[in-house]
Amino acid sequence: MRALCWRGVNDLSVEDVPDPVILNDQDAIVKVAATTTCGSDLHLIDGYVPAMESGDVLGHEFLGEVVETGPGVDRLKKGDRVVVCSFISCGRCWYCEHDLWSLCDNSNPKPGIAAALWGYETGAVYGYSHAMGGFRGSHAEYVRVPFADYGAFRVPDGVDDETALFASDAAPTGWMGADLGGVGEGDVVAVWGCGAVGQMAAQAATLLGAERVIVIDRFRERLDMAERHIGAETLDYTATDVGAELRERTGGRGPDVCIEAVGMEAHGTGPQHLYDSAKQRLRLETGRPQALREAIQACRKGGSVFLLGVFVGWVDKFPVGALMNKGLTVRGAQQHGQRYIPKLLDLMAEGRLETRQFATHAMGLDAAPRGYNMFKHKRDGCVRAVFHP
Amino acid sequence: MRRLIKSLAISAGIAVGRRLWRRYRRKRGAKSTGPSTDDRDRWLAVSINAPPEQVEAEPRLREVLARPGLRLQMRITPAPGGRGTELAVRLKEQPLPYDVNLLSRLAGRDPRQPVRRALRDAKSLLETGEVIELEPREGPRTLGGRIVEAAGARAAGEGRL
Repeated sequence: MRALCWRGVNDLSVEDVPDPVILNDQDAIVKVAATTTCGSDLHLIDGYVPAMESGDVLGHEFLGEVVETGPGVDRLKKGDRVVVCSFISCGRCWYCEHDLWSLCDNSNPKPGIAAALWGYETGAVYGYSHAMGGFRGSHAEYVRVPFADYGAFRVPDGVDDETALFASDAAPTGWMGADLGGVGEGDVVAVWGCGAVGQMAAQAATLLGAERVIVIDRFRERLDMAERHIGAETLDYTATDVGAELRERTGGRGPDVCIEAVGMEAHGTGPQHLYDSAKQRLRLETGRPQALREAIQACRKGGSVFLLGVFVGWVDKFPVGALMNKGLTVRGAQQHGQRYIPKLLDLMAEGRLETRQFATHAMGLDAAPRGYNMFKHKRDGCVRAVFHP
Repeated sequence: MRRLIKSLAISAGIAVGRRLWRRYRRKRGAKSTGPSTDDRDRWLAVSINAPPEQVEAEPRLREVLARPGLRLQMRITPAPGGRGTELAVRLKEQPLPYDVNLLSRLAGRDPRQPVRRALRDAKSLLETGEVIELEPREGPRTLGGRIVEAAGARAAGEGRL
């Protein structure tokens, strides 16, 4: 089959790789109908996530049709149209049973790498380095889905592929930020990063009762999209002082909940950005946390900060004094998708959750390297490139 | 000659004394909940999301922990707060210092690596009924790829257990 392979830093190619087969009884094989780029893939492509091997198949956000099931699969059958959670989770360890699915104990066959980085290993992710299991990704014609009964969800008939696709990762990630960030009735919520995940966090905040939602980015077309589809207020950080603007818009209090949906390759203005870029290039810190610093600084006293953007290691000048003295609650997680996907598919079927707009560029798998190039450089208003193998 | 016999006797006495002392410390350590002073003596543990009686009665647990080359002491205790069962094991024979140094770990010769692998496999089997497999890698490898591959091959036997 054809698949998009990582060949080195900023080097992608579409190649022939062996077809996947059932290796465990609880596996299914899914024929991929749509698979999308994700901002977190850029960290792999740019070489900031260790443990990539030349030839690894990328992609973790996808939808398709079940074409084969192992003898231990009970809930799915051949022909089902399914969206698959980007995290592979067993469904029966203590973490899965407590709805902390991305922390699954049994899905990562290479736990020592993540344990060396973070103290303990997390669950595995499709196509996301050997630290996250080393599984083949979804930018391919077929994918093997382990623990399929727990990770693949039937898509309701009324929901089209372009909408349901984002229930795999962007929608549950964003929803989790608003949910575990504690968004409630009447809150003011600020979201850093206006990609698909940031926009989903903003949309989730609105549906969870936030009175005002403010999204922050520098790309006009993304801010316009958030305004048009979510009714969010927008802030272009290159044109204004974000902290001062947020204080002014919130009567001097600051946002109740701040959601960081940017991650380790944050852009910014001023000397802070230059400082972080230099330190990251010299490998003296592994991420550029400018958006995170801003979120902690801007958050109201006693407020909540949720970290959705991906970080892999250590960052510098972390504002621990603001965190402690303002009594903030800071939380972060990779997505616990299985906890949210059924509800999100229902909301999509009811027309209350819009995601289709993120699929700005559709193309075949052979054009995937070009798609990633557009996505990385935000050319032609690209929010997400979607590949149809 | 007498001097040689004397020094041999003293050396043998010291060796026997050290062995007895280590055995005594291991026995005491097995009963104690205090911190271990030697990593080679440390119990390696996983928590299994099942009650202790179910874990104890599970034949697959014995099978995994009786893999060739593994001679283990085992301890099964209930985990607090409904967190299932704590399964702890350690090698019956304490590994020698050079068996557990960084080079041995990198070479995959640390005798604790198969123990961690067995513990994780036992946990996964008991909780899910299977141990997840990875697709085999094919094709040529770069130097970086070989390093990642070697790290991956050791990874199941490493980590905080």
